[in-house]
Amino acid sequence: MSIRKDRIALPPVNAQKSNLTCHFCIVGCGYHVYKWPENQEGGRAPHQNALGLDFRKQVPPLSLIMTPAMTNVVTDRDGQSYNVMIVPDKTCSVNQGLSSARGGRMAEYLYNDAGLTKGRLASPYINTGDKWIGVGWDEALALYAGVTKKILDSKGPREIAFDCFDHGGAGGGFENTWGTGKLMFTALQTPVVRIHNRPAYNSECHATREMGIMELNNSYEDAELADMIMAIGTNAYETQTNYFLAHWVPNLQGGTVGKKKKWFGKEAFAPAKVIFVDPRRTPTIAVCEQVAGKDNVLHLDLLPGTDTALFDGLFTYVVDQGWTDKDFIAKRTKGFDEAVTANRMSLEDCARITGLPVEKLKLAAEWAYKPKADGSRKRTMHAYEKGIIWGNDNYLIQSALLDLVIATHNVGGRRGTGCVRMGGHQEGYTRPPHPTGEKIFVDKEIIDGKCMMYTAWGANPFQTTLNAEQHRQVMLHRSQIVKEALGKVRGADVATKVDAIYDACANHGGLFIASVNLYPTILDQAAHILLPGAHPGEMNLTSMNGERRMRLSERFMDPPGVAMPDCLIAAAIANRLKAMYEAEGNAEMAKRFKGFDWKTEEDAFNDGFRMVGQPGAGPIDSQGGDTGHLATYALLRKAGNNGVQLPIKEVKGDTLVGTEILYTDKFGTDDGLAHFKPATWNGWFPAVTKEKTTYRFWINNGRLNETWQTMYHDQSNNVVTERWPMAPIELNPDDAEELGIANGDIVEVSNDYGATYAMAYLEPNIKRNQAFMQFAHYNGIQGDVTTDAVDRNVVPNYKHTWADIRKVGSGTYKTTVSFKSRRFVA
Amino acid sequence: MFGQLSRRQFLKISGGLAAGAGTTVAGVGHAGMAQAAEVGQATLPYKPKHLGNSKRLRLNEPVMFDYPDASSPCALLKVEGPVPGGVGPDRDIVAYSTLCSHQGCPVSYDKEARTFKCPCHFSIFDPEMEGQMVCGQATENLPRIVLDYDERQDMVTAVAVDGLIYGRQANIL
Repeated sequence: MSIRKDRIALPPVNAQKSNLTCHFCIVGCGYHVYKWPENQEGGRAPHQNALGLDFRKQVPPLSLIMTPAMTNVVTDRDGQSYNVMIVPDKTCSVNQGLSSARGGRMAEYLYNDAGLTKGRLASPYINTGDKWIGVGWDEALALYAGVTKKILDSKGPREIAFDCFDHGGAGGGFENTWGTGKLMFTALQTPVVRIHNRPAYNSECHATREMGIMELNNSYEDAELADMIMAIGTNAYETQTNYFLAHWVPNLQGGTVGKKKKWFGKEAFAPAKVIFVDPRRTPTIAVCEQVAGKDNVLHLDLLPGTDTALFDGLFTYVVDQGWTDKDFIAKRTKGFDEAVTANRMSLEDCARITGLPVEKLKLAAEWAYKPKADGSRKRTMHAYEKGIIWGNDNYLIQSALLDLVIATHNVGGRRGTGCVRMGGHQEGYTRPPHPTGEKIFVDKEIIDGKCMMYTAWGANPFQTTLNAEQHRQVMLHRSQIVKEALGKVRGADVATKVDAIYDACANHGGLFIASVNLYPTILDQAAHILLPGAHPGEMNLTSMNGERRMRLSERFMDPPGVAMPDCLIAAAIANRLKAMYEAEGNAEMAKRFKGFDWKTEEDAFNDGFRMVGQPGAGPIDSQGGDTGHLATYALLRKAGNNGVQLPIKEVKGDTLVGTEILYTDKFGTDDGLAHFKPATWNGWFPAVTKEKTTYRFWINNGRLNETWQTMYHDQSNNVVTERWPMAPIELNPDDAEELGIANGDIVEVSNDYGATYAMAYLEPNIKRNQAFMQFAHYNGIQGDVTTDAVDRNVVPNYKHTWADIRKVGSGTYKTTVSFKSRRFVA
Repeated sequence: MFGQLSRRQFLKISGGLAAGAGTTVAGVGHAGMAQAAEVGQATLPYKPKHLGNSKRLRLNEPVMFDYPDASSPCALLKVEGPVPGGVGPDRDIVAYSTLCSHQGCPVSYDKEARTFKCPCHFSIFDPEMEGQMVCGQATENLPRIVLDYDERQDMVTAVAVDGLIYGRQANIL
């Protein structure tokens, strides 16, 4: 390959072709994978390449997406090397041939021992006290299972903590949530489990589920049919890109008017308008103004954290105007009157709390809820994400929002409506129930010196948790106790090491830490054992996207070295423990670890997702529900990148038939009614109030379009790290000038919880005394200044902390990083 | 525009210069002079193309040209320099493919923001930072036209392309 990256190999017509759902964000774009022998290439003529395009001349715009990042060379375990090209699927209804800056990189992130991701874990590693040693599975499992068993037998399962993914896509999927869940909840029976992005085992949507409304209740097509889109705490261009580009934008541009006419007949229709609820003017708002015109975009730039007051004010106004659906409220809901009383807030009070003018509030209510000119009810889709999920009292905000949505019949089977999460990862949950149902604040347990063992499974709390500095310091300290013990038994047999680890944890405050991951991460500063996982493409894996669309990503290459799918790692641990109990004649304990005799990930899929509600199966919480058994790998393979929307209704011939929109007849409550929930505005949590009143800058935070999650893949990619070598922090230029801060300067962000560092990025769209910092970057950890405040269900308030900012240096970033505005204004 | 010249006039002139000034231009020793790939070459056979005199470029006024062939539109631009990859006396002259590296839509230059912007999926590229994507959906920065500069003749010459031009298996058709 030339150093200029100015040519690529085309797939020949006989290249192997398989389906892959992008394993990054919730949207789950469909891609095709082409794989062919390394020493072959397709020709430029259309009949000579698998893409069927004529590359002898310039291919016209919008014909395809095919970039150097979409190619790679991989080597399977048999030593054979292959070219791989991964390009977006035009026939996939989700992305319609589009790729994002994240998904478009899947190919270059495939493992290649000379490629970007050569740093993947290819074998287990054990820390000998001061050094990492690559070992085989037998040695690693002996140590991991040995420590686990000794703790389980002596102290019980509450000493064995997990920090584990619960999602789909990479590091997840129905196979892997089941494998890990069965190990944690059925075999080990530990309740001390947190989820990868929050400090307890809990939902991010308790309130809406209690009200009978699961958070993914419509189809992406509904965004094409809506009269209004209410976008709340979501920045879709950057974080659910192709859902936004392929389904929101056409509606905002008027491109779906024909579809509306066909679907809704006589009803008045027009291009959609959009309302944003977000204190920050995001890149998405700028794009919407571009495509819809400024007059069709309303930005409710409320004061941070005042969402509950906003929804209460709008709810009260809508009720008083008579814009609710009284018939629907009477027939399909309960608790309306109580909510009206509890949520009552005048527009004047709402304006005072939210900082939004009364006229703007009225306009928003008219846009979203006033009946149309022909008297028909508006179809307003509400889409929300981390702005309120990680907001100021998750439970209360969701209650207030859903009250407004239910009262106006914008959920409950009407097409063009829905009240949905935009989502982070894809979904893919199938697990036995949590053994006790407790919501244990696991980070606090660790900080308080509790638990003896902690397994981070596809998780990295050092980059993503709240109150991260204290949590990290305690983890490092407790880890060091174990490392010192290990250093004293170098060369000893596994049993001696297990005893040393146990003694360090039981008697000296130590914590034995394992990391199951694709890569070494900064968590490994504290870890003692690393186990190598696999990701989609290296295993067969099923997930569902933000419209419950389930697809099978097909395996097309081998994982690096001896890495394995996570479900099979869980099975290996369970089988090891079973053998150890059997060896000592403990049949009772051995029985708990039975049922992991899986050869492949499909065995795990059949054991979990497909067993829900089947004879002989225990209770299973699954997003596939009782009809999950209808989904076989064979049928999913045939369904391709369009898959099937869960829950599956039936199988017709060899076609899976799914569900487009939920709650057409009944809501998800025992009585089938949607339950209003009182939501009285309650201000702030005390811990947040303290920072808010002490420090100058609100440290808003979130994701950037060009990176995925903790940047576990991106950190090896120069194109990404040249753009974002450090977490940027957007600052108002006047604030920056006052503090002597210029673009590219390194700033310290500090408060009572700690200090973190970021790269200054001056942005006129940011308000005075507010800042926006990238979340989860490995270089500049925003969570270091996040408070330890959580809501009643231990859902954290990542979005609201305050801190001071000062310049600490001028690096070289200003010579390598662009500081131009990221808001698209033509 | 180059001075008061129209794009058509500019191309005509620059084409004439290329024909007349051939071997005196810096960069003629480039592998790109070859018509076809040869054993021993690590680069595609780009052919140098004279683009004109640097002093006739106006700040922040892009000039369109085609490179390496007629179906690959590009923009030559004098920016506030010096900038990475910039050539000319002030190292402030840069050039880029104007086909967005994502889906090939034509990017346009925003003089106020000093960025190239794509109307299709809203990608933004910074010509003052080697085409770095400021925000957007491409996986690659904007392909950069590698320029040579001959001080004696004040001549700017396109000699290669860094990055794959949209819609091509290789930059040379």
